Amino acid sequence: MVSLPTPAKWALRLVVIAYVFLLVGWPVITLAQNAFADGLASFQAAFSDPDVVHSLVVTVEISLWAVAINTVFGVGMALLLVRYEFPGKRALSALIDLPMSVSPVVIGLALLLVYNGRTGWFGPTLEAHGIVVIFNSPGMIMATCFVSLPLVVREVVPVLTEIGNDQEQAATSLGANALQTLRRITLPAIKWAVVYGVVLTLARSLGEFGALKIVSGNLTGQTQTAPLVVEQKYNNFAQGEAYAVSFLLVLISVLCIVVVTMLRPKESSS
Amino acid sequence: MTSAVLGQDTRPVGRGRPGVRSTLTRGSALGLGIAMIWFSLLVLIPLAAIVATAGKDGWAGYTDTLRNPQTWSAIKLTVEQSAFVTVINVVMGTMIAWVLVRDRFWGRGLLDLVIDIPFAMPTIVAGLVLLGLYGPKGPLGINVANTKTSVTLALAFVTLPFIVRTVQPVLAELDADVEEAAASLGARRLTILRRLVLPSLVPAIAAGAALSFARAISEYGSLVLLSGMLPYKTEVVSVRVLSFIEGGDQTSAAALATIMLGVALFVIVALDVIQRRVARRG
Repeated sequence: MVSLPTPAKWALRLVVIAYVFLLVGWPVITLAQNAFADGLASFQAAFSDPDVVHSLVVTVEISLWAVAINTVFGVGMALLLVRYEFPGKRALSALIDLPMSVSPVVIGLALLLVYNGRTGWFGPTLEAHGIVVIFNSPGMIMATCFVSLPLVVREVVPVLTEIGNDQEQAATSLGANALQTLRRITLPAIKWAVVYGVVLTLARSLGEFGALKIVSGNLTGQTQTAPLVVEQKYNNFAQGEAYAVSFLLVLISVLCIVVVTMLRPKESSS
Repeated sequence: MTSAVLGQDTRPVGRGRPGVRSTLTRGSALGLGIAMIWFSLLVLIPLAAIVATAGKDGWAGYTDTLRNPQTWSAIKLTVEQSAFVTVINVVMGTMIAWVLVRDRFWGRGLLDLVIDIPFAMPTIVAGLVLLGLYGPKGPLGINVANTKTSVTLALAFVTLPFIVRTVQPVLAELDADVEEAAASLGARRLTILRRLVLPSLVPAIAAGAALSFARAISEYGSLVLLSGMLPYKTEVVSVRVLSFIEGGDQTSAAALATIMLGVALFVIVALDVIQRRVARRG
């Protein structure tokens, strides 16, 4: 394996660490400093505001729904893409990745055009049946599902491909039905990939901003989520509270990454 | 669409026997049906609605939108900055991946962890975080808020992980024997890097660059607090789409969104082609 001469190695190491520190490390530390600038006062102010607390509850609720839906969809879709052949599979596989490169604002607009109650394609019909999608939780769950759609699929597909279907075939030939094979053979084998995808989906869902700003209507105390509260507090000169809520969100996202990093070696050694 | 269906037999994944078009059982066909209904309601129909809304006035919708100087300036800024940031990422991302794979030092694990933070962090918080260090009250005395540099900074932040994470596994899998053979035959380090290592990394770098560019083009949240969203100066395409939506001009919003969708679709196809080429070579 080619190794660099020592001075080049040190220079490279230094440049890389400096870049990452200036771009990510130091700014994150500054946020923590800002959040704790007045001790815990900002946190007390933020978390005694019922609108902030409500926004956190809404965020968690919406995220859990999105994670549940995307996990079922992701595992099912990964199984279909890896274990079965059907026309249009390649196009479908490519389309599943599309949400990752579509702007959140475009996602919000797309859902608005179809599901808004006045001029949407399906909106008026759904509202006639009492289902309000836009400016309400169904639309917010859909937007969150949309932005984090490929995360579980993309984690599970490589693992499914790698393990092959020998064990599944053996189980079937020994008389196991499809459900038993799935529960006893396939799911345990892809367990860590699923958990990894779920954690990534959770992190992405908790932080969604652009798409939710459009479909939620950003109604304070009703459909406002935590990232939307951060924007509002910051613009209303309650910067301390904005920092406090942000700190909490950063803490959760860092925790998600730590969990994922801890899971990774386990997955490769098993 | 047609070519994608025709090309399916050359797919690297899957275990279809040649000549069999579909191996779906009754249960899996039902599953695929349900998944497709959800996927259509969630993704395909809403995206189709954008294209349909944009096309309501024929081409006039597009030309009117593009001829608007403020919109054009936003497109120019977005493409310019995304391309610039992608170039930065190609260089820095490859270097970071190299250090993470080939170098051993105390704190490497932490560096590896920090790379993922921009991916997991809420975008609005990303803007706030950068504002803390590079904003008006920053400890460095540098204030980039509401300038073009703030756009570069925000985009560099959110796209940091893409090239690192695509190059890293490829670099780790590279065969050390080939490099040692080249070295034993008298090749210099620079020659080995240029002739052996770099070419095998190119597909991964290209894939990461495509993802990074697509993400940069579509970025919104991190720019809200940091860039000030000033027309003709720091306003990007996503912000422009949102102001069209808020102004009730859905046709213009959809026209601009269609152009962005075109870019996203192009990136997806490019990625698919790159991945297929890599799979065939490997």
